[in-house]
Amino acid sequence: MSKSEEHIADALKSDAPLTAAKHQRDIAKPIAESRDWNEAALAGRTVTINKPRQELYAFWRDFQNLSTFMENVESVTPGDGDTSHWVIKSPFGTVEWDSILTEDVPGELLAWESAPGADIKNAGRIEFRDNSAGRGTEVTAIIAYDPPGGDIGKLIAKLFQKEPKIQARRELRRFKQLMETGEISTAKSNSADKRP
Amino acid sequence: MRALTWHGKHDVRMDTVPDPEILNPRDCIIKVTSTAICGSDLHLYDSFIPGMVPGDILGHEFMGEVVEVGSGNSQLKKGQRVVVPFVIACGSCFHCGKQQFSACENSNTADTADIGEVAYGSQMSGLFGYSHMTGGYAGGQAEYVRVPYSDVGPLVIPDGLEDDKVLFLSDILPTGWMAAENCQIEQGDTVAVWGCGPVGLFAIQSAFLQGAHRVIAIDHYPGRLALAAGMGAEILNYHDVKVREALMEMTGGIGPDACIDAVGLEAHGFTPDNVIDAVKAATRTGTDRPHVLREVLMACRPGGRVSVPGVYGGFMDKFPVGAMMEKGLQIKTGQTHVQKYLRPLLEMIGEGKIDTTFLISHRLPLEEAPEGYRMFKEEQNDCTKVVLKAN
Repeated sequence: MSKSEEHIADALKSDAPLTAAKHQRDIAKPIAESRDWNEAALAGRTVTINKPRQELYAFWRDFQNLSTFMENVESVTPGDGDTSHWVIKSPFGTVEWDSILTEDVPGELLAWESAPGADIKNAGRIEFRDNSAGRGTEVTAIIAYDPPGGDIGKLIAKLFQKEPKIQARRELRRFKQLMETGEISTAKSNSADKRP
Repeated sequence: MRALTWHGKHDVRMDTVPDPEILNPRDCIIKVTSTAICGSDLHLYDSFIPGMVPGDILGHEFMGEVVEVGSGNSQLKKGQRVVVPFVIACGSCFHCGKQQFSACENSNTADTADIGEVAYGSQMSGLFGYSHMTGGYAGGQAEYVRVPYSDVGPLVIPDGLEDDKVLFLSDILPTGWMAAENCQIEQGDTVAVWGCGPVGLFAIQSAFLQGAHRVIAIDHYPGRLALAAGMGAEILNYHDVKVREALMEMTGGIGPDACIDAVGLEAHGFTPDNVIDAVKAATRTGTDRPHVLREVLMACRPGGRVSVPGVYGGFMDKFPVGAMMEKGLQIKTGQTHVQKYLRPLLEMIGEGKIDTTFLISHRLPLEEAPEGYRMFKEEQNDCTKVVLKAN
């Protein structure tokens, strides 16, 4: 058993998701190997949203909605079939890629993967589950990506606060705010920062 | 407009700043008529709370007239007089549903919510004028203020109740009330209250209204102790008496049934632990000066209840964890769930059951707010509460 397999097997003895496991570099290794990436960085985050999962799924499934709460997403344009075109602001300038929808279970989950030739190779999924105590929907986002510039690139991204783990946590907060309250909380007085 | 802005330790100024505008559909804009300086504003004044940025507008106790209403707010109308809770709450999340408004999951901004998550393990709700850890929202010591989620927080005040009677619904009255409620007062109980500032004084009044048999008030300013005595409390000046021994003797050797720490992280006094904490805080090798919390845990009777409305921000050492566990204490804390208490307390004010004006010592024009801060900080014996009048 490789070190990576050992860490994964050990982590799976607990009831926690693998994104909360120690040794993230080893845990993410199979993701990189199966996709022929240099390496994989993994980020996961769950929020509970006080709305039915069908409603949350439907909002997310309309990809053009994503730029309303994802600050770094300039636009998502639906293309042919299961593809969509993403334009993202990053510490390295604007990056673009085509994304392919790989799984779509209405009301439950969406998964996607960047098409060959993407600036930043990435894969992700978002799951919508009923909270077992009836407290709304648990929304889990999991993002895996091939960090540009490896560890140093990740560090630079962190300095700019655009590392995917930080982004995912803030974007899920904004998604929750928008779904629960109809608006996104802001203290900015600059009118250029007005949000829907 | 004119507003009181923070620029650093003991440096607050009146500045001319842009008027606030509606940013979100549920916002409203309030033209401030009365606003107060809170004891917790002094923690900002003394630079004890992290996440302040020069130019931040302070103030979280304010009321005024609604002058603009966002398109998504069907609750408020222009011209209404409202008191605004210092806690910003969305009204739709899990915690708001449980009436735990100061744990609102949505009112902080997505970026600044990170600070609480790192410092405390969970994000905090948005608060007015209280650092970027709680959203960086502009406060109400100003001529105008933007109120987010204004269909949830502001309470419309009936005509005939003047500002000074209802202003403190924004913070210190519900805070004193919740401090007493957290004591779960039973018949025959003696409640000890550390700190006779505005929150402590309202906690004393609330404890009696909630059925306390006796209240013992602790401070070192004779002026403030006199106000406490006026509410019916027995008083202890810690300059002159040993607090723990006095409390034991006064309760027949048992100790108070419930203890309220209405002081928080900047305890006064020259006990050895407090001197060490003061040195550590001054040299930034420590954060809080929690002498009162230590004393409360030591003084409370076994099986008693401890309530902490006093603000703490960081970490402490020499925490009497043995006393906490071995005595079976119950501890309740937190920023006040203001929205939960507004209506019942307004009713009690209207019925004359609560006196809300006895502690006001100074009324100043907003323009003199910096002098108000200086007095509230340096002349605590006589300066018990400063109300600023705007517009």
